[in-house]
Amino acid sequence: MSTEVATRELTFSQAINEALRQAMRLDPTVIVMGEDVAGAAGRAHLGLSDAWGGPLRATRGLIGEFGPQRVIDTPISEMGFVGAAVGAAMTGLRPVVEIMFADLIGCCYDQIINQAAKMHYMMGGQVDLPLVIRTAYGMHGFKRSYGGGAAAQHSQTLYAVLAHVPGLKVVVPSTAYNAKGLTLAAIRDNGPVVVMEHKFLGSAAKGPVPEGDYVIPIGKAEIVRRGTDVTLCGIGRMTHVCLEAAELLASRGTSAEVVDVLTLAPLDEATILESVARTHRLVVVDEDTPTASMARDIAARVADKGFDWLDGPIKTVTAPEAPVPFAAVLEALYAPQAANVVAAVDEILG
Amino acid sequence: MTSPPSPSRLDRDLLLWMYERMGLIREFEERLKTLVERGVPVGPVHFYSGQEAVAVGVCAALRPEDWIASTHRGHGHCIAKGVDVRPMMAELYGKATGTNRGKGGSMHITDVRVGMLGVNPIVGMGVPHAVGAALSARVRGTDEVAVAFFGEGATSMGVVHEAMNMAAVWSLPVVFVCENNGYAQATPVEYAVAADRISDRAAAYRMPGVTVDGQDVLAVLEAAGEAVRRGRAGDGPSLVECMTYRYHGHHQGDETLRYRTADEERTARERDCLRRFREVLSAQGFPVAEIDGIDVRNRERLDEAIAFAESSPLPGPEQLLADVYVESRS
Repeated sequence: MSTEVATRELTFSQAINEALRQAMRLDPTVIVMGEDVAGAAGRAHLGLSDAWGGPLRATRGLIGEFGPQRVIDTPISEMGFVGAAVGAAMTGLRPVVEIMFADLIGCCYDQIINQAAKMHYMMGGQVDLPLVIRTAYGMHGFKRSYGGGAAAQHSQTLYAVLAHVPGLKVVVPSTAYNAKGLTLAAIRDNGPVVVMEHKFLGSAAKGPVPEGDYVIPIGKAEIVRRGTDVTLCGIGRMTHVCLEAAELLASRGTSAEVVDVLTLAPLDEATILESVARTHRLVVVDEDTPTASMARDIAARVADKGFDWLDGPIKTVTAPEAPVPFAAVLEALYAPQAANVVAAVDEILG
Repeated sequence: MTSPPSPSRLDRDLLLWMYERMGLIREFEERLKTLVERGVPVGPVHFYSGQEAVAVGVCAALRPEDWIASTHRGHGHCIAKGVDVRPMMAELYGKATGTNRGKGGSMHITDVRVGMLGVNPIVGMGVPHAVGAALSARVRGTDEVAVAFFGEGATSMGVVHEAMNMAAVWSLPVVFVCENNGYAQATPVEYAVAADRISDRAAAYRMPGVTVDGQDVLAVLEAAGEAVRRGRAGDGPSLVECMTYRYHGHHQGDETLRYRTADEERTARERDCLRRFREVLSAQGFPVAEIDGIDVRNRERLDEAIAFAESSPLPGPEQLLADVYVESRS
């Protein structure tokens, strides 16, 4: 990227907001819908609007610029409004629909996996389905000495059950910069794309974001730190955990490369394999639970296609096989941390 | 002629179009049933025979640019909205020339060029698609109307109620058409639905609800016409319940006499929508020869459709992995 491009510091949520705003300015068929994507719908006569702006406040302010016809607060009807977004996408709009939390995909799973994901294929390619589903996932991750987080039904990761379904693209941004670029890419994709937005990153991930319009290609991983001894593969917030681990390892003389997966489906195997071919070791770090997870999928693919390059077993660092607990002291034990990643590297290096 | 003539020319042209479409649906389904019985592997099919007046009465009130979302029992909706029976039949044969290139089958027949958003075998799930099409029509600044067809069984699905509520909240041009054929597979409506009439549900969503004789295509047309006018005028959604009957099982091979009586089936067939409409046309002075000519032409169309399906090529192996993702078209 040219250094002349004007950038400012934005949060992850502000970057998504900017992506939506810029896409909506350029294309009148882009609409945003979901529960309280604006908030206070129907209260314009009282001078009220925009009370909420979605769980990450990523849609705040859009209604002021684009009006209630294109920024649509929905009733609490995930199956209904995701279905309506599917119908709208089949008939000429590019809806960006928000499912408040990833945990709620159970309420609209059919519209995602049986309808949106499969239509282009099972209808013989006759329909495009330019649908974006944005959803907040993961643990908030506040460090508290007592009390707790959002617990088992509002903290899940769950992207593996979406990435599993052919036809869906699933992206997981990790920075403000790639959140904007991936959101714009998702809106311009002619098929359904799920954008998984980590709750903690929403306000915590702050960084330089170009003012202009740019896309980050879906289906490409990025090597975010070069190293020679081990590849750490991170997804979403776990990329930051990998970077933290890489710093700890560096202080002990181990050089870790960090790959930010960015797109879970279709997965960029080539970039991961190319890294492993140089480092000969792999640790995959995933906030999701382990069975049938992306971590194990990536590990299996590398074992299958990159076995000859490996100098040690592939390790996965994941959440435990348990729901997310409420109590802060338990939640702190739940998500992978840099120390867990370092321990996994130590196991491989012996 | 695959779209209804404009209302100004109603009467003669529209009546003949309706008869032709109803007959074409019946011919399609009965010929298909024969194919199934001969062992032609057309996959799972849900016959529409008996319900023709509903699809045709509703679609007669629509324009070509209007949208319909369908159910698992969707062949009738397809034909009524103007899908060509040749690619429809080819689709059932799993041929490359099918509406869906042989990748959907009976339960997914779609032709968006004529506003047919898809046969949909997950009960109730097509209903919000019609709401979305209506929302899309509004955002795009058109006066298109969207129809959601669903069976009485689908009214037990939450998504149908979510869709009705949204359409009412947003005052969208949606016509909800419930085809009450009395059975969800083998479960009778009086057992599974806690309402005397499905149309009573409309009151809960601040929309008009009517129940009409679904074996009377003119009654269906009148009710649908009013609902479509209302939607197009910006007055919001409506619910039209059509009382009808499916002549065959839930799908091929289903033995209906395990859950309903022969007497009931006989009585239902006495109210056959096609025969009744034929009588109406005769009474209005349409020459019998003209009506018979339509029947002959429909038989020929099915001959052609079956020949087209049988002689069409199979999909090539490259189709296995084609169209999983939508290619960018920039």
